[in-house]
Amino acid sequence: MQRRTFLRTTAVGAATLAFPAIVRAQGGDTIKIGFPGPTTGPFGALAKDQQQGAIVAVEELNARGGVLGRKLEVLFRDDELKPAVGAQRTKELIENEKCEFIVGGLAAHVQMAINEQTKAAKKLFISVSQSDEISAKPDLGPLTFHEALNPTITSRAVGTWVSQNLGKKWWILYADYAWGKQNTAVLTDVLKKQGGTLLGSTPYPLGNPEFSAHLPRIIDARPEVLVTMTPGADNIAFLKQAISYGMKKQMKIAQPLHWLPQLKQGGPDLYSDIFAGISFSWQLEDQIPEAKNYVQLYRKKYNEPPGDYGAYAYSAIHEVARGITLAKAVNSDAVASALLANPTYNHYKGKQWWRTCDHKAFQDLWIVKGRERSKMKGDWDFVEIVQKVPASESLDRTCAEKGVA
Amino acid sequence: VFDVSAAALAAQLFTGLVLGMIFVLLAIGLSLIFGLMTVVNFAHGSFYMLGAYFGFVLLGLTGSFWVALAFAPLAVGVFGLFVERVLIRPLYGRNPDDPLLLTFGLSLVLVEAARVIWGKIGLTLDPPAALAGAVDLGFTWFPTYRLFVIAVTVVVVVALWVFLKRSNVGLVIRAGSRDPLMVTALGIDLRRIWLLVFGIGSALAGLAGILAGPMRGAYAEMGVTMIIESFVVVVVGGMGSLLGAVVAGLLIGEVVSLTTFFAPKLSDIAVFGVMAVVLLLRPSGLFGEAGLME
Repeated sequence: MQRRTFLRTTAVGAATLAFPAIVRAQGGDTIKIGFPGPTTGPFGALAKDQQQGAIVAVEELNARGGVLGRKLEVLFRDDELKPAVGAQRTKELIENEKCEFIVGGLAAHVQMAINEQTKAAKKLFISVSQSDEISAKPDLGPLTFHEALNPTITSRAVGTWVSQNLGKKWWILYADYAWGKQNTAVLTDVLKKQGGTLLGSTPYPLGNPEFSAHLPRIIDARPEVLVTMTPGADNIAFLKQAISYGMKKQMKIAQPLHWLPQLKQGGPDLYSDIFAGISFSWQLEDQIPEAKNYVQLYRKKYNEPPGDYGAYAYSAIHEVARGITLAKAVNSDAVASALLANPTYNHYKGKQWWRTCDHKAFQDLWIVKGRERSKMKGDWDFVEIVQKVPASESLDRTCAEKGVA
Repeated sequence: VFDVSAAALAAQLFTGLVLGMIFVLLAIGLSLIFGLMTVVNFAHGSFYMLGAYFGFVLLGLTGSFWVALAFAPLAVGVFGLFVERVLIRPLYGRNPDDPLLLTFGLSLVLVEAARVIWGKIGLTLDPPAALAGAVDLGFTWFPTYRLFVIAVTVVVVVALWVFLKRSNVGLVIRAGSRDPLMVTALGIDLRRIWLLVFGIGSALAGLAGILAGPMRGAYAEMGVTMIIESFVVVVVGGMGSLLGAVVAGLLIGEVVSLTTFFAPKLSDIAVFGVMAVVLLLRPSGLFGEAGLME
């Protein structure tokens, strides 16, 4: 590292510490949206993408003159991936910063903690990461909305495709927490319905960087497909180690999701031929005009394409704005009613809609496959889109199954 | 549960050996520092983290993994010298909790500094081309790099053992951990020995970090869980015992590996179970001397 680069990095770092990331609009009377997320820890890269997606949305809206003539402002807070911290930061955002709306959260257990606070304070919360519980009893509140995909939808879509196209003898390796366990349950169910065999499934503690002790047993079982739930930084460590044990040649590897920050960090050496679902990939800009708009705005500001989690945040901020415009009021109750009365929207990847009984967003997703280095067009072309899975309420549990009918 | 092939079990034991090697390198440093100076070095996990990051920087500057492997531990060792001389030395002779609190605080500072300098997102290190790929051991294919980790650790541990048993400085180090007052009375400046030992311990942690980097990547929090497990190794092996650190490091590596194999849900707590049993049967650890803590 050159001295200049070092100085610049440390200076930027120091500035970041001294001034919490706040996008401040000019003028006093702004509409404040609170945004907790785990900027430190294994999901840091995804949280950063989310923040950038939110910033792009706010700047786009403010450039158009804001909402009801007022500018928007997003206040980011680090929840450290801990439920207690997430709850505390949310409380502060609502009580001290007077945020009327909360968007954010990454990891199911922290979302629940944020949701408890917004429910108690009667504020609108749009969750932007995966969880099955958030749109079901008892967690769903009158003002709780869920923009992201959830484990049921993702694993039903990906699991069905994988069993029909890659093989029906599976091993599952999963992070031992809500998201990992939920996906495992859904995948196991899907595989059974498809007439496949689950040779084994092994949990590991989330955030563990060492997977080698899991690998000999999986290799010995000779599955056709290894399906893994290794989110965030774990994904890189897992693939690195699995490949060093020669597993990519011995079996197909699939996972519910690919995340752009991890694809970038791991590169095609790790990710080529790894299959996954994805809620958004920037290459969709060639097919969808709204995707093109979002990708261009994001690229212009950050000099790189957006990831899938940033897109959730972008869409959720737009939904808050759309709700305020429809309701003509900066008020959580009015905005929630307005969104449910006009449930269809399209901010970045085609038509989406809120199901009114559980406030769940339904949306397209895609099956993708990691590209080899030689087939990449440009630095960011990590995946090729294999198949579109159109939005369908039948991929999720019914509202009766969720206890919210 | 026991429906597994002998080949898989052998591969599992080999895997545990590599996990153990990293613990051995970390525990030796912790144990040496404690044995001689009765300093519980909570910053040891951060030195491990620095080893991986320094390795990343050196790899970027020189393009050579071998240069990084040689100089990252040295750089961490030099940093350790600085920490001992400037931060820890003023605390000698005071309450033993003082250096513990200081190094704990230092570990927080170093983790935060790493986030500021290298970012909150982890970095990946690639092993050199010569060590990429896997080797056929007969019963399984095993990553070449992991065999290399075993080899490096064995060489370093043997070299350290020879240094401690055969050299004059090693003699003084061993004497200093038995009876510092007598060694001082013989006219030896123990402060220089403490400085040296702290530097060696830090360099070993740095070596563990750069060795672990290509397997696990580098990230600011990588030392946080390792330090806890390394303390378990030191306690199981016996505070201050080199042999104890080696035996217990390998034991804990195998315990983690085999619990992951047979009961993955228990892999997190199994090491603490081992520690509890060892402490019940041998309160000063497998090879520890009674009375060192008093």
